[in-house]
Amino acid sequence: MFEIFQYHFIQRAIVASIIGGATCGLVGVWVIMMRIPFVGVAMSHAAFAGAIFGLLLHINPLLMAIIFCLASTALVGPIADRGDFDPNISIGIIFSLVLGIAFLGMGMIQGPKTEALNFIWGNILIISSQDLLFLLGVAVIVVIFLVLLYKEIQAILFNRELARAAGIPETLLFYCLLFLCGATVTFNLNIIGGLLIFSLIVNPPSAAYQLTYNLKTMYVLSAIFGVSSCLMGLFFSYIFNIPSGAVIIIVSSLIFGISLVFSPKRRVKKYEVSKT
Amino acid sequence: MIWDIEIEKATISYREHIALKNVSLNVKKGSFIAVVGPNGAGKTTLLTLINGLGRLRSGVVRIFNTRINKNNISRIRKEIGYVPQHIIIDPRMPISVYDVVMLGRYGKIGLFRRPDKRDRKFVDKVCERVGINHLRKKPIGHLSGGEQQKVSLARALAQDPRILLLDEPTANLDPRAQNDMVNLIEQIYTKEKITIVFVTHLLSHLPHVCSDAILLKEGKIIASGMISEIFTEKRLSELYDYKIMPPHMNRVGYNV
Repeated sequence: MFEIFQYHFIQRAIVASIIGGATCGLVGVWVIMMRIPFVGVAMSHAAFAGAIFGLLLHINPLLMAIIFCLASTALVGPIADRGDFDPNISIGIIFSLVLGIAFLGMGMIQGPKTEALNFIWGNILIISSQDLLFLLGVAVIVVIFLVLLYKEIQAILFNRELARAAGIPETLLFYCLLFLCGATVTFNLNIIGGLLIFSLIVNPPSAAYQLTYNLKTMYVLSAIFGVSSCLMGLFFSYIFNIPSGAVIIIVSSLIFGISLVFSPKRRVKKYEVSKT
Repeated sequence: MIWDIEIEKATISYREHIALKNVSLNVKKGSFIAVVGPNGAGKTTLLTLINGLGRLRSGVVRIFNTRINKNNISRIRKEIGYVPQHIIIDPRMPISVYDVVMLGRYGKIGLFRRPDKRDRKFVDKVCERVGINHLRKKPIGHLSGGEQQKVSLARALAQDPRILLLDEPTANLDPRAQNDMVNLIEQIYTKEKITIVFVTHLLSHLPHVCSDAILLKEGKIIASGMISEIFTEKRLSELYDYKIMPPHMNRVGYNV
């Protein structure tokens, strides 16, 4: 049983699960509190479109995926503010645009598209040491940003207008939050893939949201749920030889289901009429 | 004369809709001014003009003798407390009442710094004064409308503001809560003497310490001056397109 830990690819996968799961869990808190769950889907498809054009133009697909994804994230906030509408709408616009670009590239590309499709499906068992370094880099930036600007982020998550009214540079920080969400998605694509990362960003914080009225506790729980989902998904996928990404998502969904059942926020006080 | 707020020929428009049309207004330091008008008159827009949340199309706004612009607005906002109209809060929001009140101090504390003992002491004092000490640990979404308005006022006061902007602070409250809120605002003004701009469309909600008012209709100021002079039957009826008798004072405030 324990011999599996001797393999380098398993060791890398475990480290990636811990770093990636925790980062997705932390960033997911922002996504859930800001009510922008589809940012994950939009950004992963931006990465896919970038990878397709990388293959087409003979440029490193990973580099192009990163550029497309980060450029798309950088556009979400300004488009929403310019258009004076909900960030979800600008995410929808970006999503449709990158999907169109991806299909255009797919139509133009000759030969196999496997390398680009890896960004959609991902595989935690084949990630490289370089991927791990990128993952660690994003995780460190996210944690530093969260620790140094905890109070400002809390204010923005509560109410953007009130944060601005109190003299906090809300617009800049809001764009930074979106940008870090995009960066996290991009560098976690190799773990579970673009289509499924949506769940790793949404399920752990949603489960944590069910269990606490304290924001700090929510961050901690969400990170723990993210790591647990990845590790358990990895374990079951190795044992039963099934796709890791799919198992990670099923586990994270189960954690959410259990949190929902035991959520103190769903408790209803009973009122008993006295018999006097 | 020391002016806290100077607005010259300000216009704010949202696409096809012009919310404020060439409005000019001066508010003296330490005065309590009411902005009265029907729904859609531009009252809230006028407040957002003062704290820079609204987008000025033309004109000049000076706060504390400084013309506001993109570069200095964040600094000026730290001195302006803002109580918006009732905001919708998710009942499961994982943020406590104390955290929301402390939020008011974050601008003044500055980036990369944490609230210190002095900030906590200040927030404690504000909570006590507004009468929400017993609610401090509660999740913000669990409060009633009246309690949430008090928290909103406490958050604005936690800024230790030089100007306080109140946007219909008594709207959506029951008569008792309205009365409590008016009394509270009156006490704060009497003690602190900060400049207060109080927006309402209900004349009965004006505290009696409020001596001046402007009447706003369709984005224009149709009258301004002392309440005793401008709250006439003719002016008020013109303001609301409906026959309204001028209010008279009782112990708490004005009665229509």
